Amino acid sequence: MQNRMLPYMLLLPATIFLLVFFVYPFTLVAWQAFATDEGELTTKYINKMASHWKFEKALTYTLVLALVIVPIQLALSLLMATLVSSMKRGRDLILYIWTIPLGISDLAAGIIWLAIFEQTGFLNSLLYSTGMIAEPITFLGYQDKGTIFLAVVLAEIWRATAIMLVILVAGMGLIPKEYYEAAQVYGANSWQTFTKVTLPLLKPSLQTALILRVILAFEVFAVVAALGGTNLPVLMGEVYNRQFVLQDNHTAAAFAMLILLISIISTVFFMWSLRTPKGASI
Amino acid sequence: MSTQPNMVVGQSRAARWAFNGSVLFLCLWVLVPIYLLLSNALSAPSEVTAFPKKLVPSFDTESVEFFLYFHGVGKALWSSIKVAFITMIMSILIGAPAGYALSRFDFRGKNAFRILVLMTRAFPLPLLALPMAVMFIRVGLDDTIFGLAIVHTTLALPFAVLITYSLFSGIPIELEEAAWTLGCNRVQAFIKVIFPLVLPGIAASAIFAFVVSWNEVFAAAVLTIDNRTLPAFLLQSLDDAPLHLKFAGGAVMVLPALIFIFLVRKYLFAMWGIANR
Amino acid sequence: MAEIQIKQVSKSFGKVVALHSIDLTIADQEFVVLLGASGCGKTTLLRIIAGLETATSGEVHIGGKRIDHLPPKDRGIAMVFQNYAVFPHLTVYENIAFGLRMAKLNQSEVDRRVNRTASMMHIEQLLQRYSGQLSGGQRQRVAVARALATEPEVILMDEPLSNLDALLRMEMRAELKGILAESNTTTVYVTHDQVEAMSMADRIAVMHGGDIVQAATPVEVYRNPAAHFVASFIGNPPMNFVPAKKIKDGLWSVAGAQISGPSSTKNELQFAIRPEDLTPKENGLLKAKVALVEPLGSHLLVSCNIENNLFRVILDSDSSISSGDILSLQPMEDRVRWFDPETELAV
Repeated sequence: MQNRMLPYMLLLPATIFLLVFFVYPFTLVAWQAFATDEGELTTKYINKMASHWKFEKALTYTLVLALVIVPIQLALSLLMATLVSSMKRGRDLILYIWTIPLGISDLAAGIIWLAIFEQTGFLNSLLYSTGMIAEPITFLGYQDKGTIFLAVVLAEIWRATAIMLVILVAGMGLIPKEYYEAAQVYGANSWQTFTKVTLPLLKPSLQTALILRVILAFEVFAVVAALGGTNLPVLMGEVYNRQFVLQDNHTAAAFAMLILLISIISTVFFMWSLRTPKGASI
Repeated sequence: MSTQPNMVVGQSRAARWAFNGSVLFLCLWVLVPIYLLLSNALSAPSEVTAFPKKLVPSFDTESVEFFLYFHGVGKALWSSIKVAFITMIMSILIGAPAGYALSRFDFRGKNAFRILVLMTRAFPLPLLALPMAVMFIRVGLDDTIFGLAIVHTTLALPFAVLITYSLFSGIPIELEEAAWTLGCNRVQAFIKVIFPLVLPGIAASAIFAFVVSWNEVFAAAVLTIDNRTLPAFLLQSLDDAPLHLKFAGGAVMVLPALIFIFLVRKYLFAMWGIANR
Repeated sequence: MAEIQIKQVSKSFGKVVALHSIDLTIADQEFVVLLGASGCGKTTLLRIIAGLETATSGEVHIGGKRIDHLPPKDRGIAMVFQNYAVFPHLTVYENIAFGLRMAKLNQSEVDRRVNRTASMMHIEQLLQRYSGQLSGGQRQRVAVARALATEPEVILMDEPLSNLDALLRMEMRAELKGILAESNTTTVYVTHDQVEAMSMADRIAVMHGGDIVQAATPVEVYRNPAAHFVASFIGNPPMNFVPAKKIKDGLWSVAGAQISGPSSTKNELQFAIRPEDLTPKENGLLKAKVALVEPLGSHLLVSCNIENNLFRVILDSDSSISSGDILSLQPMEDRVRWFDPETELAV
């Protein structure tokens, strides 16, 4: 019953699909970034991108956003996963509630937080009705980069912690209970059990979660668009502007290559820093 | 009361309170913003811009009606459904055979394929919209539902492969072998034994693909003009649309997602289990 | 007629050789047990007969017809799996009927056969249940019923009893033996449990390292092991071995005693005897120092030391022996066996 060709035939559609619509397009986008329409190699699009006045801001905001958001999400998702794993009743309900944002698009999340932060929004209403302010404050105006940044951070934490939570809960589910019991028998307290048993055994899941989450953070776009318009430039927003608004494919591609570059750097970093020695996994 | 062994929370009453308190706070943290959006969507346009705002909506459908009859919305909604539907079909039809192959066979190149699938994760996939825009113009797929569905399938396919991989792995191969010894060929055994057992999981993975497409903003906004999906439509009207239109649109996007995540909640975790490592 | 002929079947998984060239002929209606430790190739051989695994080389014939190129469904076999493989989405009735429906039998015939096999396995009252509502023992019965219902010429069983608890296993063992004898099928049965093999088999094929070391009746395998491995694997506890040196042709020195044995060109052999084939006797040939006494109810298991070889003896429970004693033992002459330490074969 062993048909040698069968597995290949089953894999063929997926392989072809990924080669044509994933691998090949990424080579195309690289070509667009480094070559003119006439096919000459050039760095002029890279230069054009780098010399644009928004370039530095977009790059900085993207990186700082990721740097602020991801560690908070890591801590929060670990806390949530631990809470869930020590829960006896209502675990499924709580997990469902906490994973709801997983199904909500970044644009919708942006609009949700817009309902809170806009001038006639719920935050202002709350502050006003408790008498803390006399009239509504503009949080998301042209001048308010600080509060826009804060709103984006909150919206991103609200929206995208769930994906890390799911990965970590699934990972914790793979760790046999006996390891915890053994640690406790040998005198580890809760915190020591967490740092010496849970975290090391969770490393592969942490790796997956961080790689995925950081790349998503570099792609931040719709939340920022909903909350700050173009007041808070980010890399993905620049790609969108070049491509769609300004029809400048080449510079858009240059920005894309930059996002790709920092994504690959972060992936390699996590692959290296959270590697598991062979044979040391569960 | 406090004798239950507990990994993190200690035995004391105070710790118990801290535990329940954090759980409650985190639930509110997730639910309240959604409530606020829905509350906005169910208020009349005049209430949406009124100040200060009331916490309880007036259950006025004017905002939602205004949104649904707004020029282009109906078409965008329909486009969204079509794209998501095609994405769902394609990612299952292409992904499930691959998941089956990974779970049932050992063969040369298996690892290479796994790496190809896992690699998609290290790339910012929405960027695919850029080269695809060029490719699609060449082959006449630009600004089409199908073209966008292809990009969305690239996003959903790795998930479909990994979910079905873990689904099929969860079914003992002996069930299939037993069917073979009882007179089935491979196809019959699959249809009579494996398929009924994985059907709920396949449905979940299809729904997940639907959600991925339904929510995708960037590629949709870049690749479509006349055939804009709902997220693309909303994104492009962010600057000039009135607030109540945005909120009603947001609510229309969020509601199906709420239901879908509820339907697939069991499988969310299977997806990120062992198959992913 | 369903004679199974296995001709020079070998199987490798990559560089690992699971089966060397296997030859085995199983007579029509014979009950053959493939016995061996895990990894010896017994399950691989069974799966090759079933068609779930393809042999690297060699031929398999059933009823005179070569079938190694056929898919399992065309081989006229039925199989019972170790984990039973009862389909969880079908009722017990539909599980048993599965093979019959595949063979497109009409409903009344399906009904007749399902009811017959179900009553044979005593599961008539479970027909409308699902697998999840059954105990392990009941699932096992469904699996056997499903195999019998197709009235196959050959039944293949892969450790069918190993997931049952000890008491149930003994009960099922006897029941299965009776049912299979009645059903007139040729049976190939894989197990690592020698008691199961002994009690059920017409013939046992002892496997080791991808080879069949000996294929013979249970008594023959027990009394006259063809190789050192068989002697040390079968029997609980297994045979005792003591090195023997040649004194002259036909006379060997075993732990200081002179014992007559086979004539051989070799200078060294191994003297072997089963623990129960020794009797305590004054001036017995063998002197053994007692290391440990384990009272097992029906008898005493005494572990001794003869020239630094572990030597076990089974004695009557009434004997009063304690560690440190020196036992004087007389081997029963016709039960002594000799092995060549180099070829590891019986002499």
